[in-house]
Amino acid sequence: MSDTLQPARPTGRFTLFPRLSGVALSGLAIAVFLMAFLILPVMQVIYVAFLDSRSGALTLQNFQDFFSTNLFRESFVNSFYVSAMSVVFATIIALPLAYITTRFTFAGAAIIQSLGFIPLIMPPFVGAVAMTLLFGRNGSLNLLLDQYFGVKIPFMEGLNGVIFVQSLHYFPFILINLSASLRNIDRSMEEAAQNLGASGLRLFRRIVFPLAMPGYLAGAALVFIKVFDDLGTPLLLNVNTMLAPQAYLRITGVGINDPMGYVISFILVAFSVFALWVSFLFMRGKDYATVQKGGGGLAKRDLSRREKAVAWGVILFILALVLSPHFGLLLLAFGTIWSFSPLPDGFTLQHFGTVFTQSSQYIWNTILYAGSAAVIDVILGTAIAYIVLRSGLVGRKWLDYMATAALAVPGVVLGIGYLRMFHGVELPFGLGQMSGFWGLIIVALAVRRLPYALRACMAALQQVALSLEEAAESLGATKSSTIRRIVVPLMTGGILAGFVTSFATAAVELSATIMLVGRSSDAPLAYGIYLFMQSPSGRGAGAALGILAVVIVAIGTYLSQRIIEKDRNRRAAAPGADH
Amino acid sequence: MEKTGIRIEDLHLSFGDTTVLAGINMEILPGEFFAFLGPSGSGKSTLLRAIAGFGPPPRGRILIGDRDIADLPPWKRNVGMVFQSYALWPHLSVRQNVAFGLEERRLPKRMIDPKVDAALELVGLLHLAERMPAQLSGGQQQRVALARTIAIEPQVLLLDEPLSNLDAALRVQMRRELLSLQRKLGLTTIFVTHDQEEANTTSDRMAILDGGVIQQIGTPQELYDTPANGFVAGFLGTANVLKGQVRDGHFETMGGSRLPLAHPRPGADRIVLRPQNVTLGPAGGEGIAGTVSHREFLGSSIRYLVDTADGQIIVDTLHSAGQPGQDRGAAVSLRVDSLNAPLLV
Repeated sequence: MSDTLQPARPTGRFTLFPRLSGVALSGLAIAVFLMAFLILPVMQVIYVAFLDSRSGALTLQNFQDFFSTNLFRESFVNSFYVSAMSVVFATIIALPLAYITTRFTFAGAAIIQSLGFIPLIMPPFVGAVAMTLLFGRNGSLNLLLDQYFGVKIPFMEGLNGVIFVQSLHYFPFILINLSASLRNIDRSMEEAAQNLGASGLRLFRRIVFPLAMPGYLAGAALVFIKVFDDLGTPLLLNVNTMLAPQAYLRITGVGINDPMGYVISFILVAFSVFALWVSFLFMRGKDYATVQKGGGGLAKRDLSRREKAVAWGVILFILALVLSPHFGLLLLAFGTIWSFSPLPDGFTLQHFGTVFTQSSQYIWNTILYAGSAAVIDVILGTAIAYIVLRSGLVGRKWLDYMATAALAVPGVVLGIGYLRMFHGVELPFGLGQMSGFWGLIIVALAVRRLPYALRACMAALQQVALSLEEAAESLGATKSSTIRRIVVPLMTGGILAGFVTSFATAAVELSATIMLVGRSSDAPLAYGIYLFMQSPSGRGAGAALGILAVVIVAIGTYLSQRIIEKDRNRRAAAPGADH
Repeated sequence: MEKTGIRIEDLHLSFGDTTVLAGINMEILPGEFFAFLGPSGSGKSTLLRAIAGFGPPPRGRILIGDRDIADLPPWKRNVGMVFQSYALWPHLSVRQNVAFGLEERRLPKRMIDPKVDAALELVGLLHLAERMPAQLSGGQQQRVALARTIAIEPQVLLLDEPLSNLDAALRVQMRRELLSLQRKLGLTTIFVTHDQEEANTTSDRMAILDGGVIQQIGTPQELYDTPANGFVAGFLGTANVLKGQVRDGHFETMGGSRLPLAHPRPGADRIVLRPQNVTLGPAGGEGIAGTVSHREFLGSSIRYLVDTADGQIIVDTLHSAGQPGQDRGAAVSLRVDSLNAPLLV
C-alpha cells in the first residue's frame, strides 16, 4: 500500500468551483460594463464639479459660485423644503392607513392594500398637468369653491403643486414600510408589556412606536430622496427653481461645459447616498422582526360603529385624492376643451387617434427601449446573483455593490454623465454621435433599473437550496448543465418578476431619458408626454399617451404580482398526507 | 453489480483556518453498510461531502476501488448521494427527477424509461411517477430521492442523515427498508447520523468521529464492549467512568473499592461501568457504599443516580410492576459486575 502512496497534494489544485474561468470572464465583463456606464460617468460628473473650467485645476470655486448665486441658493432651499414637506404630507396620508389595517379588523383593508400601489403605477409627472386642471387656481375644485364660498385654495401654486403631487405619489413607500414594521411586531411583545402594566398610549409610545420606527424612517428617507432627485414633476409643473430642473436647464441650455450642472449633480448624489445610508442603517441595525412561531402581528380589534364611519371617511377621502391624478388624466385624454370649467366641454376619442396616427413611434420606441433594458437587466441580474451567491470569485461582492450603487444616482446625473463622457465619441457604421445614439437610452434605463432586477434575481436564487444543485452534480450534471436544467428553471418566477418590473418602470422613466433623447423620432413615451404637455393644445394627446403608459405599467405590475404569487404557491404546495 | 470498496488515506480538510478533518484513514469493505457517527461539528458530514466532491477541497486520497477520485469534480465521481433535505427538484415530476442523472449520461430515451421504472419499482413508488414532489409525503419524497440516486447505478451510496426529517414511527420503518434495499443491491453504503440507535441497528461497522478525528472503527458491539477511549465509551450508551489503578488482578478505585477483573490490563487508569452492570443492594452489603440522590422512572427500568466516594454512579435496575424500588436519600451499596468491564489507558 505504501508504494502507491503519492506525496500529499497542495490544497487548491481542485478548486471548489472548477469552471472558475467562465465565471471569472462573465464577472469581468459585467464589471467593465458597470464601470463604463455607471461608475466612470458619475465619477467624472463629480470630478468636473471640482474642476476650474478654464485652467483645469482642482478647485472649490464652483461651489462658492453656486452658493453665492441667489437662484441656486433658492433652488437648494426649495428642493430641501419640497422634499421635507412631501415626507410630512406622505406621512399624514400613510399613518392612518397603516394604523387602521394593522390594528383593526376592517372590511376596507383590501382598499388600503390597493392604495399601496395605485399611485405607483402612474409616474407623478404624467398626472401633474391633470392635477393643475383639477386643483389649480382655475381648476375644477377652485372654480367650485369660488362659486359657492368665494375662496380659492392654492393647492398647486408653485412649490405647493410639487409637494401635493409628490406626496400623493410617494406615500406608499411609507405605507408599505410602516405596515410591514407594524405587522412584524409580535403580539407577545404587546402582551408582555400589558402583562407588566402598560396600556393605551403609553404602550404605543414605549413599545409599538419604537419597534415600528425603523420601518417608518427607512420609508421616509426613500420618499425624501425620490422627491429630491425627481426632474419630471417640477418640469411639467413649470417649477424651475429646484435643483434637478436647474441641472437639466444648465446642461441643455448653457452647455455641457457649464460647471453649475455638475455642482448640482454632486449635491444630488451626495444627498442620495446619505439618505440611502440612513435608510440602510435603520433597516440593518434595528430590523425588529419579532414575529415568533405561531404569533402574527399585533392584536386586532373590531371597530365601533362610529369608529368605522370615521375610518371609512378617512379611507374614501384618501382614495379620492389618490385617484384624482388618474381621474384628471382620463378627463384630459377624453375631453375636448377643458379650460376655466369644472369638467371638459365634451368628450372625444380624437386624442387617441392623434397619438396612434402621428406619434406611434413613441410607443414602439418605448417597447424597444424598456424591453431591451429589461432583458439586459435580468441577464446581468441572474449572472451577478449567481456569481455573488454561488461562486468563490474574488471581489464578487463588488459586482453587487457597483450594481446597487445605481440606486444612489439620480437619472439627471446619469444623463449628464453620459453626455459628458460620450460627448464627441463617433460611433462606427454611420450611427453618428454616441451621445445622441438611442442605444445609450437603453443602457441608461438598464443601469437605472438593474438594482431592482438584481434584488429579484438574488431573492430567487436564495430560494434555490444549494443541495438542489449538489444533487444534480452528484448525479452527473456539470456546472453549466446544472445552471441550465436546475438553477434557471427554479429562478424563473423571480427572473420574470424582475423583467416585468424593470420593463414597467423603465417604460415611464423620464429623468435620464430627457437628457439623452437626440431627436424626437428616437423618443419614448415619457418624453412624448413631456413634449405634448408643453403646449395647452397638445395636452389631450399627452394625456392619451399618459393613459397608455399607465396601462402598460399597470399590466406589468399586475403580471409581476401574479408571477410572484404563483411562484410562491408552487413552492408552498403542501405535501400529500398519504405515504 | 460489482461491489466496490472505499479507502480514505490521510485526508485533511480545513475551512479557512479551522481544521475540520485531521488525518482521516479508513477502509470500507465492498458491500458494507458503514456509519459515520459523531456529535454535531465532529466532521462526519464534511467527510461524507468530501467523498461526494462538495465543500472545500481536501488534501489526501479518496479511493473508490482503485480509482482516486479526490481530484474529480462531483459529476465525474459516480458516487450516489441522498441529501438530508432530499433535494428533490420542485419543478420536475417524480419521473423527471429520477431520469435526470441518466439523461446527463446521454443515455437514449428507450434505455432511460425502463431504468426509471425499475428504480421506482424498487422503492415501491412506480404508481406516483407523474406526481410533483410537493404532492408527496415526507417518506415518499425520501424514497424518490433514493430511487433517483440508485438509478444512476453509483459505485457507492452516501446517505446524509437520511432519516432525520421523518417522524419517529416512520424512521424505524424506513431504517429497515433502507437496510433491506442495501442488502438486495449489495451497494457499498456510508450513512451519516448523530443517532447512535440508528447506527447500532443498521451498520455492519461504524466510525466514531469527534473533533475531525476518527476515535474508533469497528462493529457496533465491539465499540460498545471495548471502547478505545472515554469519548467512545461515553458517546455510545451511558457510562460510569471510575478512576483508579490495576493491581493484583483487581481495579482499585480512588474511592477505595476493589473490583475483580477477568483480563487485567496493566497501566489502565479508568474503568467503564455500564449502568445495567451495577445492581443496587441494601446498605451495609457488599460493594460500593452510596446514597441515592436522584431517581428517574423510565418504564422498563428505573435509573438511580448514586453519590459514592468515586463520584456519582448511574445505576439502571429492571422494573417489574409492584416493586417500589429505592427512595431518594436511601443508603445503598452497589454491586458491580466488573469482570469484563472495559479498561481505559
